[in-house]
Amino acid sequence: MIHFPGLEHLPALPVIIPLIAAPFTIVMRPGRTPWLWATLVSWVTFACTLLLLEVVWHGGPTEYKMGGWAAPLGITYYIDLANALVMMLVAAMAAVVFPYAYFSVKSEIARAQSPAFYTAMIICLTGLLGVAATGDAFNVFVFLEISSLSTYALVAMGARRDRRALTAAFNYLVMGTIGATFYVIGLGLLYQATGTLNMLDLHERLAGQDNKVVEAGFAFIVTGIGLKLAMVPLHLWLPNAYGFAPSAVTAFLAATATKVQIYLMVRFIYTVFGFEFPFLEVALNAFLILGIVGMFYASFVAVFRDNVKQMLAYSSVAQIGYMLLGISFGTVDGLTASFVHIFNHALIKAALFMGVGCVVLRIGSSQLTAFRGLARRMPWTTWALVLSGLSLIGVPPTVGFISKFKLMEAAFQTTTLIPPLLVVLLIGASSLLAAVYVGRLIYTMVLEQPPENAPAIKEAPHAMRVALWIMVIANIYFFFFTDLTVGVATQAAEALMCSQAGCGGAY
Amino acid sequence: MWEFILERYNYWIVITLMMTGLYIVFSRGNLVKTIIGLNVFQTSVFIFYITIGKIAGGTAPILMGGHGGGHDGQGDHTSATHGADAAHDVSVKPTLDDLRAGSDAAEAAGEVEAHSHNDLAAAMKGVEQQPAYETQSLHSLPDMAQAAQGNSILADPGEAAEAVLTPRDQGLHDMPEAGLGADGHETLGHEAVTSVTDAAAHAADIIYTNPLPHVLILTAIVVGVATTAVGLALAVRIQEAYGTIEEDELEAEDYEAEFGERLAGSEAR
Repeated sequence: MIHFPGLEHLPALPVIIPLIAAPFTIVMRPGRTPWLWATLVSWVTFACTLLLLEVVWHGGPTEYKMGGWAAPLGITYYIDLANALVMMLVAAMAAVVFPYAYFSVKSEIARAQSPAFYTAMIICLTGLLGVAATGDAFNVFVFLEISSLSTYALVAMGARRDRRALTAAFNYLVMGTIGATFYVIGLGLLYQATGTLNMLDLHERLAGQDNKVVEAGFAFIVTGIGLKLAMVPLHLWLPNAYGFAPSAVTAFLAATATKVQIYLMVRFIYTVFGFEFPFLEVALNAFLILGIVGMFYASFVAVFRDNVKQMLAYSSVAQIGYMLLGISFGTVDGLTASFVHIFNHALIKAALFMGVGCVVLRIGSSQLTAFRGLARRMPWTTWALVLSGLSLIGVPPTVGFISKFKLMEAAFQTTTLIPPLLVVLLIGASSLLAAVYVGRLIYTMVLEQPPENAPAIKEAPHAMRVALWIMVIANIYFFFFTDLTVGVATQAAEALMCSQAGCGGAY
Repeated sequence: MWEFILERYNYWIVITLMMTGLYIVFSRGNLVKTIIGLNVFQTSVFIFYITIGKIAGGTAPILMGGHGGGHDGQGDHTSATHGADAAHDVSVKPTLDDLRAGSDAAEAAGEVEAHSHNDLAAAMKGVEQQPAYETQSLHSLPDMAQAAQGNSILADPGEAAEAVLTPRDQGLHDMPEAGLGADGHETLGHEAVTSVTDAAAHAADIIYTNPLPHVLILTAIVVGVATTAVGLALAVRIQEAYGTIEEDELEAEDYEAEFGERLAGSEAR
């Protein structure tokens, strides 16, 4: 490979580039400039993460010492395949959603606010990449709050269209802060028991420790991250926050934010605590139950939502259930399924929310009634929505099928509280619920007549349509070419498991 | 029983504050009160971290005994030398301090013979800074690295000595172990080995509080302030948009908006 100068800093670059770029954005002239800048930043960041994934894939895990201070005293960025995949995913979503954002943001956000909007987007990107990159548990908290604080502001910016965005952002802020504070409490307890904050070091020192302090720390951390990732009883902030945020924000967050939190949960459970930790089984059983409950409850609620954005937000909660289910199996296959679904679901939800964003731009509403007869009015958008909707259900040839297939495959080989066959049936049944709410959307768009005296509308602008269709094509492409998803996910899962359990299962 | 409870009074304060804060968040309908409750909740965590780091009778990690500034430079110099020895990249900072160390060493020369103080706080802080807490004075610059190694061996026999002599990365992993107690509280491995003057002897007796949790909490306070600011700003915007910041009134309006929206089939403005 060609050796670029500064390549030794590669693990830090995806975090550093947007972090440095953000302050410049806020002083730019409102309008096109901040958008161009944000797009450029997202593309450069994406290139860096791709390169990083390539390096890690072929060269093994890499470690970067911030400022030359070595672990465990300094902050290190420890990048293995799991991080590299998640970082690449986040940056890729940014690289597609940022170009898409221009027209959508132009119509949804006051022109004077556009520099602030793109600044917040870039800071959010920094935070999410930072959470994925860092190997220091306290550093995780800092990046978590960097991304969360910018997210609260971004959600609130939806207030121009609907003032309920403000209350949604407020509730999100309260829940998110409680989650983050729980995480810090847990970390404090772990620090008390071990005297270190480095994740790998924590793992070494936690080995063999089984006392109340560590258990309490574990519980606080899992609950804290659970709040952030909208695990089922803790999901209440998500539907409104996603429902009322500006469309571009929803597309970006739905594709990235909860995925990064899932990754963090995996990191804590498998890398920091590990299988020797006796309390782990309790958490995995809880994930199993909560995952299944989430799959059904959230899908069921989604069926009855009339706001398409909220419907899809509830569907996101349900999909998080699948990911938790994969984690709860405690096997390489289960973890692989989770990672594959993290990747695939990001593609699905980005495409769906971008499609809804196109509709909001042209019709001005995300209510289901606005979608009536859309196939005749906005064919490109409609068929993109149909294809990604089918992907959400899990119909081949789309990535959704790969996710479900992997998850069922993993479920067959496990021995959990619930018999494997039942788990598989439950996954199938909840997919049927997905078919119901997606079917409702497709029916409205394709088979219903457009309302009488509906004004003729143009198709969405090219920039938005291109970005949307890139996502839709990715949805189909990664069905046929699974090297990147399944291949990397399997290796990442093996690496996470092998470091502790001799490549065996949890139970 | 009572003794057990009473001597952990700091944790009781933390728990009381934590529950008070959470209760305010959940029970109060006023958005500003919710934010303040969140603040109380976060403050309890700050106190929790501070109480972890605090050691009875310990003082702030500031070098006592009158050998202030110069020793930082010396410490960094020695570690910079180690770094070079171990063929690791030497960051800019130690190199800069290097220069400072030269002049400071000259100043301090002859004042104190050799005296060492080593503690966990230093080890946690960073290996490059670790020797910064060793108070030592050297006659000539070239001897410095060697002397520092010698001091460390004397100061903390066992692992710390090994840590200093082995390559840097290795040392880093070993270092905290030397100072960590099993119960999670830090036992400070501080031993004065050779003290010539009274001042040096005095300095060696000082127990330092673990500074790391305090530093972490400084970060968390900044995050907390930012969260409060964003939360209050949102409350202002909600007041502007709805004319109220009472949660039940907001909920009623939102419900109405949703209900009305369903009937009218158009979005609420």
